[in-house]
Amino acid sequence: MFPLTLDQARRGQKLRITALPDDFTRAQAIRLGISEGTVVTCREVVPAGPVVISMNRQEIAIGRNLARLIGVEPVAVRGTKYAAGG
Amino acid sequence: MDCRDFGKKAGAGEETRYIVVVGNPNVGKTALFNGLTGVYEDVSNFPGTTVDTCYGWAGGNIIIDTPGVYGISSFTGEERLVRDLVLSADVVIDVVDAARLERDLFLTLHLIDLGVPVVVALNMADETARYGLGINTGVLEDILGVPVVPTVAVERRGLETLAERLPEAGRGFRDPDLARRLAEMARELGTSEAMALLLLEGDVVTAETLGLPPGTDQMVLYRHRRARVNEIVRLVSTDLQPAGSFLEHLGRVMIRPLTGFPIMILVMALVYLVVGVFFAQVVVDFTEGRLMAGYYEPFVRSVLSAYLDPGSPAGEILAGRFGLLTMAVTYVLGLLTPLVVGFFLVLSLLEDSGYLPRLAILMDRLLAGIGLNGLSVIPLVLGFGCVTAAVITTRLLPTDRERLIAIFLLSLAVPCSPQLALVTAIMARQGISYFILYGMVILLVLTAAGIALSRILPGASTPLLMDLPPLRFPRLGNVLIKTRMRSWHFLKEAFPLFLGGSLFLSLLQITGTMDLIHNYMDPVTVGLLSLPRESASAFIMGFVRREFGPAGILDFPMTETQTFVIMVTLTLFVPCIASVMVIFKERGWKEGVFIWITVLVLAFLTGGAAARLLGLLAAAWGSSAPLIMTGLIALLLAGVAVLGSSGKRIN
Repeated sequence: MFPLTLDQARRGQKLRITALPDDFTRAQAIRLGISEGTVVTCREVVPAGPVVISMNRQEIAIGRNLARLIGVEPVAVRGTKYAAGG
Repeated sequence: MDCRDFGKKAGAGEETRYIVVVGNPNVGKTALFNGLTGVYEDVSNFPGTTVDTCYGWAGGNIIIDTPGVYGISSFTGEERLVRDLVLSADVVIDVVDAARLERDLFLTLHLIDLGVPVVVALNMADETARYGLGINTGVLEDILGVPVVPTVAVERRGLETLAERLPEAGRGFRDPDLARRLAEMARELGTSEAMALLLLEGDVVTAETLGLPPGTDQMVLYRHRRARVNEIVRLVSTDLQPAGSFLEHLGRVMIRPLTGFPIMILVMALVYLVVGVFFAQVVVDFTEGRLMAGYYEPFVRSVLSAYLDPGSPAGEILAGRFGLLTMAVTYVLGLLTPLVVGFFLVLSLLEDSGYLPRLAILMDRLLAGIGLNGLSVIPLVLGFGCVTAAVITTRLLPTDRERLIAIFLLSLAVPCSPQLALVTAIMARQGISYFILYGMVILLVLTAAGIALSRILPGASTPLLMDLPPLRFPRLGNVLIKTRMRSWHFLKEAFPLFLGGSLFLSLLQITGTMDLIHNYMDPVTVGLLSLPRESASAFIMGFVRREFGPAGILDFPMTETQTFVIMVTLTLFVPCIASVMVIFKERGWKEGVFIWITVLVLAFLTGGAAARLLGLLAAAWGSSAPLIMTGLIALLLAGVAVLGSSGKRIN
């Protein structure tokens, strides 16, 4: 599989951030709660527009061209049957 | 209330303590500041509205409000300002949005790591219940080692407790290794631990002050801090069901293009109905038509005529065409006041609801074509309130290139609320087709200028990385207070200027200078724009304040085409004196003069082109000319847009 970038994410998908493009973005992002390793939920992919992701109640909009440079990997979601208790 | 220069004006004694209110954008710092000090500042629901510091007094202490930042360093001008204030503060009140601990505690830990005395205000504590979230304040306090006070600043709840606990402010718990390292560094370098930390984090300004190379540990420290934040949030909050509320759903629908653009059009239509129809027609017909023209002006004239000859210079100045007691008073009270109140009401509602950041997401792609990212929707929309204030908020844009583009577009093609209200009032009289055409022409100029600048200026614009506040029902009290304060500020500033402007015009008229100016401007007004010669006075007024221009031609007999042309020209015309001064301050005089002259030339050229085109079309197709021209402009706009999207990409 090709490395995935954030702009290819689908709504509702859970993703782990694997790569941020540069130090400036990294510093800005980490303050908003994102760093390499953070698991986020893709909330919205505006066609040809920004991607909105969330961690708990915090939402962040990321411009499409930046999303293209952010590496992600899908996080396997456990079967809902067992997740209910945890 | 005083903003800026607090150090000079405050006149602080030895005993006075400086209390600095800091926090991430849009957490309620300003509401908290207002509550603590009892002075009023604008409160809104989007990031970046506080761009200057304001101070007030509370119990012998000076309280300073600051712009929102995500951390302490020198990335932007605002951060630098906040950094300096935090380093010199006696107590820092860190305002934290209770519903967004993951984001906000990062700044809290940064402050604690710096070793400054902190009190945490856990604000909007009422919203957490709505999210199904519980926060254990006691545990949070134990972990952080500083007082944590739940507050609801907009309702002034919890502020007394906050004030009482200020003396308990102290240095919180730091990572022992970091604390040891900082203490050592501070001793060796002979500086404070805060400076030592900033140096380690590679803060350029600190490195310069200390005369040392900036450190390279930023990412390590940030990552460590992030991990601690996540751990703390896990410990103190009890979760929670997904909210899935109506507002959350609405917030989503607003940013999907398929539903978002119709919603945007709906919002604009509502704004037009409220301002353009209700305030500009129903209310103004009553205040201007009935009250002022029906009762006030005849009364003033009849009283004056008992003492003065209306034809004498004094009579002309007081009650003539630009009469101080007649025209000036009628326009300000009968016309501008209701219009401005209407506009500020709508703008305040939009701000407090959290709609603007969603508009930023929706428009991000389109704005990329003119070299801006979605964030610049905020200064551009604010420009529809007041261009001067909007120019100041361009500081929240990350690069110089974006700030220049935004300021230029604000000066050229964004009409401020009083001007737009007047334009709406005048254009509404001639029907919707001219109004749409007007909007299209302005949009075309805005787009074309933006694309041109984005091509000419070197560099690329930064991509959007924005924190999205929740959609909220605006609090009516806050909206009304804000509308009242802004309208009052406007009137206080505009009335004297308007009087001065009227007096100036009357003097020009009496001395015959006006005729001379009309003659000089003849090639432009009559030749280029096909307007009556007298319209020159509208442009002279326009130099002072944007809305004076349209106000100056209200009672001219003009054709529909002429009205349209002069409205377009005056909208694009140079910004008011206050804006020009701010632009000079922000950009320096060279760029300021360049912007001013370019805008002036572009305004007349566009007006001339519009007049010619409309004239040609009218000769061929008669009354359907505006409709055909709208079509032509739409085609041009599409062409320009294609050109823009094929241009420089943001990366």
